[in-house]
Amino acid sequence: MSLSGQAAVTGIGETDYRRDAGGRSVLRLQLEASLAAIADAGLAPREIDGIVLPMGTGGTVAEDFVTNLGIPDLRLSTTTPLGGAGAVAAVQCAVAAVAAGLCRHVLLPLGRTGRTGSRIGARIHQMPQFRTVGEFEAPVGALAPAQYYAPMARRHMELYGTTSRQLAEIAVTTRRHAILNGNASMTGPMTIEDHQASRLIADPLRLLDCSLESDGAAAVVVSAAEIARDAPRPRVLVTGVAEGHPDSPSAITQRPDLTRLGLAKAAPRAFAMAGVTPADIQVAEIYDCFTYIVLCQIEDLGFCAKGEGGAFVEGGALGLGGRLPVNTHGGLLSQSHMAGMNHVVELVRQLRGEAGAAQVEGASLGLVTGYGDLGDGTVAIMARG
Amino acid sequence: MTEMPRKPLPEPSGESRPYWEGLAAGRLMLQRCAACGRIRHYPRPLCDACHSFETGWVAASGEASVQSWTVAHHPYHPAFRGELPYTLVTADLPEGVRLVAQLRDAGPEALRLGAPLRIGIEENGEGQALPVLRLAGG
Ligand SMILES: [Zn+2]
Repeated sequence: MSLSGQAAVTGIGETDYRRDAGGRSVLRLQLEASLAAIADAGLAPREIDGIVLPMGTGGTVAEDFVTNLGIPDLRLSTTTPLGGAGAVAAVQCAVAAVAAGLCRHVLLPLGRTGRTGSRIGARIHQMPQFRTVGEFEAPVGALAPAQYYAPMARRHMELYGTTSRQLAEIAVTTRRHAILNGNASMTGPMTIEDHQASRLIADPLRLLDCSLESDGAAAVVVSAAEIARDAPRPRVLVTGVAEGHPDSPSAITQRPDLTRLGLAKAAPRAFAMAGVTPADIQVAEIYDCFTYIVLCQIEDLGFCAKGEGGAFVEGGALGLGGRLPVNTHGGLLSQSHMAGMNHVVELVRQLRGEAGAAQVEGASLGLVTGYGDLGDGTVAIMARG
Repeated sequence: MTEMPRKPLPEPSGESRPYWEGLAAGRLMLQRCAACGRIRHYPRPLCDACHSFETGWVAASGEASVQSWTVAHHPYHPAFRGELPYTLVTADLPEGVRLVAQLRDAGPEALRLGAPLRIGIEENGEGQALPVLRLAGG
C-alpha cells in the first residue's frame, strides 16, 4: 500500500514569532499553536486521536496534551526524535497512522524557548544523538552544531569552488521573504555585503549563515484524506514522504562522503511515491539551520548535480519569481527556529494560496524537508487536491 | 565565581577506555576486530562488518591527511575562549578511519585537501591527553 494521497494536512497554527515568550512555558506555547491548528482544521480538540511529538527533547509529553485539550480517546502517542528532521518525520508517522486506520486526526505540536531558555551548545550535549561526538570531539574543542557542520561546507568549497558569497545569496533571499511574512523575528533588510561583514562563527560559516534561537510554537493537524474533504480549508494532500539516514549517523567525521546527507537516500523514494520529479516542484521549504545545509539539500534533492549548488542559488534563484522559490516564510534563518514545523506550515499555506505577499503564483505542488542532528533527512511532497 | 571553567572531559565507557588510556600513555590506539581484522573508530561494542564483539587494539601509524577543517571563532564553551581562534582538522588515517584534532604550528591557510599530516599527542592543560595534528614535512 502506498501512502501517497492517503492523508492531508488539514490544520496549521503558529504563535507570534516577533518577540520572546514573555515567561510562557514551552507547553503553553505548544498549546496555543495546537488550538490554532485544530480550529483551522475545523475540528474540536476532543476529535484529536493521535499525537506525534517531533522532538525528543521538548520537555512535553502526549499526556500534557490529553490533559489540557481534554482528549477523551487518544489512540496513538509517539515521538520522532530526529532533531530538525523530526517535524517532517512526524508528518510521515502521522500519514502512516491515518492510512493504517489507527487514527483520524493526528496533532503534531512543536515549540521551544530557544531564545530565553538554554543555548544550543549546552542543549545538544544532553541529547543521546550527540553522545559519540560528546565523548570524542567535544574534548578537542568541537562543541556545537556549527563546528560539526562547517567541515562539510569547507570540503564542498574545496572540491567544487563553492563560495561564501553563494551562501550569502541564501541568507539574503531568506531575509527578504521574512520581511514579506509579517510574523518573523528578523525584519531588517540584509545585503550580501552585510553577510560578508558578519563575524566568523565556525569558518567558513559566518553569523549570518546561522539560524536563530527562538521562542514560539508551530503545530499542524494531519487527517485521513477522505475526512479532509469536509475540512474548511483547501485540501493539501501528502503525496510523497520519506526519511533517510546518512552513513555514520553518529559522527560526521567518520562519514565516507562529507557532502552527502541522509536526504540523498530519502529524496528518490519520496519523488517516486509522489510520481513527480524535482522539475515539477513549484515551491520548496528547505530546512535551513545553516545556509550551507540548504545548498547541500538542493543537490541531494536532485534539483542540480552534486557540486552545482553554488551556481544554482546565485542570482536570486531562490526568491519569488526565481527558478525555485525557497523558504518563502523566512525559514529558521530569519523567521523563527521552530525546528522545521514552521516550514511545514508555510508549505501548506502556499498550496492553499494563503501566503499573502510571499505567495508563489499558482503553487499547487511543493516540498518540505527536515535536516536533523548529524545528517538525518526527511522530505514530504504535498499537492493541493 | 572566580573558579575557571573546566574543559569538557571524556567519560570513558568500557569500549572506549583503552583509547583514552592509550592517549595518556602517548599512543593513539584504534579498535581492531579480533574476528575479521576490520579497524573501526570511534570505539564501540560491535564490528559492523562481521558482528563480532571480540576486540583488540592496535597503535595507529601516526600518519594522516587532510579531509577537511574548520576554524573555531565563537566561544561555545568558556574554557576554550582563550584559545580562539583554533583550527580543527578532520583527518584521514591510512588505517581507514578519521579523527578530529586541533592543528598545531600552522594556520588554516596552509591546509589543502589531502595534505599529509602527522599525529601528535598533547596534554590539554587540565590533565587530559588529546591528539593534535601537524603538517608533515613542513
Ligand atoms: Zn569484524
